[in-house]
Order: sequence, then structure tokens, then C-alpha cells
Amino acid sequence: MRVGVRLSAAVAVGKLAGMVSQRLNLGGGTTVPGLLVRKLDPSSLRLLAERLPQGGVVVTGTNGKTTTTRLISSILAAAGWRVVHNRSGANLVTGVISALARDANLAGRPRADVGLFEVDEAMLPVMLHEMKPRVLLITNLFRDQLDRYGEVDHVAAVWRQSLPVLGSDSTLVLNADDPLVASLGRELDAGPERPRVIYYGIEDASQGHSELDHTADSRNCVQCGVPYSYEVVYYGHVGKYFCSQCGLRRPRPAVYATEVKPDGLKGSSLRLATPAGEMALRIGIPGLYNVYNALAAASAGIALGLETGQIQRGVENFTAAFGRIERVEVEGREVYLILVKNPAGFNQVIRTLFSGPTKGDEGEKRNVFIVINDNFADGTDVSWLWDVDFELMAGKVKFVLTGGTRAEDMANRLKYALVEPSHVTSFGSLSHSLEEAWAQAIQRTPVGETLYVLPTYTAMLELRALLSSLGYVRRFWED
Amino acid sequence: MPRLQLVIGYLYPDSMNTYGDRGNIITLARRCQWRGMEADVREVRSGEPLPKDLDLIFVGGGQDKEQKLVCDDFQRVKGEAIKEAVEEGVALLSICGGYQLLGHYFRTGDGGTLPGIGLFDAYTVAGPRRCIGDVIVESEIGGQRRTLVGFENHSGQTFLGPGARPLGKVLFGFGNNGEDGFEGAVYKTAYGCYLHGSLLPKNPWFADHLIFLGLRHHYGEDVELPPLDDETENLAHEAVIERIRRRGKIKSGAI
Repeated sequence: MRVGVRLSAAVAVGKLAGMVSQRLNLGGGTTVPGLLVRKLDPSSLRLLAERLPQGGVVVTGTNGKTTTTRLISSILAAAGWRVVHNRSGANLVTGVISALARDANLAGRPRADVGLFEVDEAMLPVMLHEMKPRVLLITNLFRDQLDRYGEVDHVAAVWRQSLPVLGSDSTLVLNADDPLVASLGRELDAGPERPRVIYYGIEDASQGHSELDHTADSRNCVQCGVPYSYEVVYYGHVGKYFCSQCGLRRPRPAVYATEVKPDGLKGSSLRLATPAGEMALRIGIPGLYNVYNALAAASAGIALGLETGQIQRGVENFTAAFGRIERVEVEGREVYLILVKNPAGFNQVIRTLFSGPTKGDEGEKRNVFIVINDNFADGTDVSWLWDVDFELMAGKVKFVLTGGTRAEDMANRLKYALVEPSHVTSFGSLSHSLEEAWAQAIQRTPVGETLYVLPTYTAMLELRALLSSLGYVRRFWED
Repeated sequence: MPRLQLVIGYLYPDSMNTYGDRGNIITLARRCQWRGMEADVREVRSGEPLPKDLDLIFVGGGQDKEQKLVCDDFQRVKGEAIKEAVEEGVALLSICGGYQLLGHYFRTGDGGTLPGIGLFDAYTVAGPRRCIGDVIVESEIGGQRRTLVGFENHSGQTFLGPGARPLGKVLFGFGNNGEDGFEGAVYKTAYGCYLHGSLLPKNPWFADHLIFLGLRHHYGEDVELPPLDDETENLAHEAVIERIRRRGKIKSGAI
């Protein structure tokens, strides 16, 4: 009983802290309450998570966590489940506890049926140590903030070591097309206690190409070290690979897209085969990387035993997570905000925006505002900008304004990508506020046209704060 | 006048390019192109011999696993050829993992030793912490005293012997080992350092110096490089210095 008393006291304090923090406008109250609750009751995460009737779903990986989590949330809502979700990208353990504490009643009983948690890649071991999810989903593994996470092999090793705590009551959902991620399933110990594994992937070669690009990070076979051969590469190192030396092959996915039809910035249509039957899906955000997010979310739905109709409705009802891709109207201009945070993700965005046919017509050229910060949460090393194919933008922009703490680096990168220097201006934070840069970008975008804003993570938070103070978007914790 | 030509060997483009070091190749190639010269970039992978006609060699940094493969390839395939090339005046730039393996050895954190090829009289040992952050170095290259700016991310500490001279003096950051105040190594026309960032785009005069050395090797005489408009590059360079200066982290009068 003492445990229960301690937990409910901790939850009460956490709730209070969250309320105070929001009232005083100190921010969303998305992590501080969790910090307090965990301090008061170190086993709070385990205790709260154990009480969720349908258990927990944990999502991790380099790219697509937030969007995939949002998609799953929409699917669960379509199935009529009540969801507790760390929605605002507060993806450390404290963010998860904050969400649970906010959802629980004062006795420390969750009101939700199911927990849905996006977890920072480095935090997965802590998370799994404290709660056993019913479904663990891993999207992909790319180099991201090497100064913070370390190299991809290191991240994979940390994951590998933490997985044995999962038992046969858990399902591991893995991207078959990402070699290192798929290897996690292959390497699990055999035996009755082994978690079930569901792989997902794409089986539509028309969406791929034949050569790896330089954002590929897992090039060599995990078993024997020789470079993989690819039947088809979808992006980065994601594709249908095999090892010509030891014979290792991509696992056969249980959930896979048999047909992918992209429709510009509007999204994609896909046909999906699953163990629960075939379905057609329409996802309202663009890019092959979002097709993977939809596949991942559908697979999580299958793992939870949902029906294809529920998955279909959920994906179709989905709206993009804050700042990942968001559309706002500003003084007669359409503005897209698209988060960019690492080479693979940025390349996908650039490809989606600029790889269409050029008509040489001014109307086809885009207005672009890129905001690069190098704060801790962005990664302090901006060398990765040299691994993004900005060359695709050459000849296709009306202007590019660069902002943020590394605006000058970004402008220099564009010069070497042969984007016309006369079309590029830096409005860096050494000499300009973000508000000034934003006003410039809007002013240079003719009324009736679209401005594409590509910010890194903290730049996106700053932009959101600015747009909310200007009345264009809601504060992020209200999402 | 026939187009001037520079042959660049880009070593291990698929494995030693974890930290955006590819920006250096892009910079060298563009700066040749903008002067009406032809940069012929040859990608040289593991197992392939070093082409005989290179004027400039580049090798970047990579992850631990890849560094082991490169160490192996240096020992079995390319090491001697690289040393001979430098003796013949070929220019070389190596960064981080590549730099470490051009010294005598790298004693890694797990107690193992990766042998190097001893081009630089230097050795590297795993250090107690990872050195991460902006770096400013004061350097004298080709008779000019200038600053170099970059971003370091390494745990190895490199120490120079009497046969190598440092690339420069650290004004901000850790440099070779965080102890003696020096960064990088120079031997004849070969340079090694810990500067990612990427390095050459923000330090165009260093890029031009390497091109100058490469052309000298190609043509056997000094070729004058027409100047380029480096305003964008200089802004990126100055921005790094300015933000550190504003934090009050550079000794006054140092720059």
C-alpha cells in the first residue's frame, strides 16, 4: 500500500507542477512534472505503465518517430481506444512520465487504455528497464548528432543489449529495409520467451534507384563486414539488400507496400499487404519517408490486433505533427514548415521539393527559408550539411534566406551546391533576430505564393513560439 | 591555353565520410572549376591500389569499424604508395580518423593498437574524454599567417614527435591532445588535422594552398591561381570566430 500512496502523492505533485508551469507561461509543462514525479517515486514509470489496460507502445529510431507516433495515435483513436501520449516531442523518460501523470487520476490510475510513447534513441535502455512495452517499434537508424548519440554502430549495440528484457508477451516491429534495424530481430535468442517480430518494408521497385547515395550509413554486412548488394535502394541505406558473401538477406516483411503512388506535396497512395488482409491507404504528407512512417504505424496496429478498417481510417484522419510538416496561412502566402534534422531526413525533403521536372518558368521556382541552429538538441556539429544534396536546388529557387546560429555556414553550402549566390542571403543570429529574418522571408514571398521553411529542431521551436506570438499557430503543448 | 588539370584521389569515399568531410572534395573541385580548371576526382576504395597519377590525396574520418578496415588497407595495399607520393610532392589532406592512421599508431580505448604508416612522426592514444566543439587555430601555411576554423569530435589524443611540425597553435578548442596547445601535423606537402566542419569551405585559402601544391606536382612548376570572390566563405569563417569572441572565450589580442 505504501507504494500506492507514494505514487499518488508523486502524481499529485506532478499534476500541480504541470498546471503551475502552464499558468505562468513557463512552457508546456512537458518535462518538469515528470522530473518531480520520478524523484518522488523512482518506480513511477513502471507502476503507471503496468496499470494501462492495453499496455504500452514505444516508438524509437532516428527519423520518423514523431510522425509515426502521431499516425499510431490516430489509428488507436479510430479503434476507439483512449490514448496517453507524450505528444510534444518530449521524448526523454521524464516526458513520458509527465504524460502518464497528467493522464492518471489522483490515485495514480491511468484513465487511458493504452500508452503511446516516442522515445529518444539513447533513452531506449532506460525506458525498457523501467517498462516492458507490448509493442516496441524501431523505424530506422541513421547518423544524427554524432556529438550526442555517437556513431550508428554504437546506437545499434546499445539497442541490441537492451532488447533481451522483452519476453514473449511483447512484439518487436522492425523496418526490414534498414539492415541494422532488421538485424536486431535476427539476433534475438531463439526460444519460447522470444518476442514476436513483425517486419515491414516496401516491395515496389519503381520507387527506388539502383545505387546507394552518401547518406547511406549501414553499408557493410553485420555478419561478415563486406558491403551489401542492393536489388533496389529506396533512400539512404534503406532498400532490398543482401550479402553476396555470407548470404544474409533482408527478412521477408509481413506488412509491405505492393504499390506506392506519390502525389507531389499532397502525399501518397499505397496498397498494403498485411497478415490481417490487404488495404488501400492514403497518407496526406509527402515523401517516401512518410510512406515508411505509415507502414510502421500500420504494422503497430497489426501488432495490437486491430482491423484493417481501423488502420485505414486512422491513417486517413491523420494530421502532421507539429512542425514536421505544417501548413499555415500568413498574409496571403501559404507557408509550409518542414523539420530537417539530419542528412537522410533533409535529403528526403529536398528530393520531395526539388526533384520534379523544371519548366524553367519562374512560377516553378520556390521561395525558401532555411534555419540552421547548432544548439545541443540540434547537434552542435553542422558538418552534416555537406552530406545533403542541395545541388538539387540549383536553378530551382527564387530566393533562399538562411537564418539561425549557422546561417553563414548554410549560405556557404548553397554557394558550393551552385545555387545562384545572388539568390541567397544570410540573416544569421549574430546580426539579426529570427523575427527579422522571418519578416524578410515573408516579405520576399509574393502574395499568393508558397514559402518553404526548413528549420532544425530548436529553430522549429523558436519559429513555433514566434508564430504563436504572432497568432498564426497554437502553442505546441495545446496540440 | 589548354585547361589546367588537377587529379584528386578521394580515399574511402564510402567508409571514411561520417562527418561531412565530403565538403572538402566539393570545395576543391568547385574552386578548380570556377577558375576554368578541370578537377578529376578519382574515388579510391578499400582494396584498390593508389592511382599513380594523383596530384592531391584526401582521406577523411570514419567510425571505429571503418577505421579498422582502413588501417588494414593502409598496411596491405596503399600505405607505402601514399608515403612515396608525398615524397614526390603530392599534396595530402587527412582528417581525424585518416590523420590518426597516418601517424605511427593509434592505441584504442579497448587496449588494442591500430598500426599507422608513419607518414607523420606522431602517435595517438585514446583519451579520457571526447573532445567536441568549435576549434580556432592560428596557422602559417605557404607564408601566410591566418586562422583556420573547424569542428572537432575525437577521443584520440595525438602527440607529435620531432619529425612533424604542428599545423598551428590552438586559440580555442582542444586540438591534437588538449594539453600542448597544438593542432594537426605537417610533413612536407602532407597535412593532418582534427578539423571537420567541413574544413575547406570555411578556410578557402587553405583549399587554394592545396590546389597550388597539387598543380605544382602536376606541372612541375608554380602556377598562379587567379583570386576568387570569397565573401560567403569569409562570412562563414568570421561567424565562427565572432560567436566564440562574444562568449569571451578568446584571449584578447589573439586574433
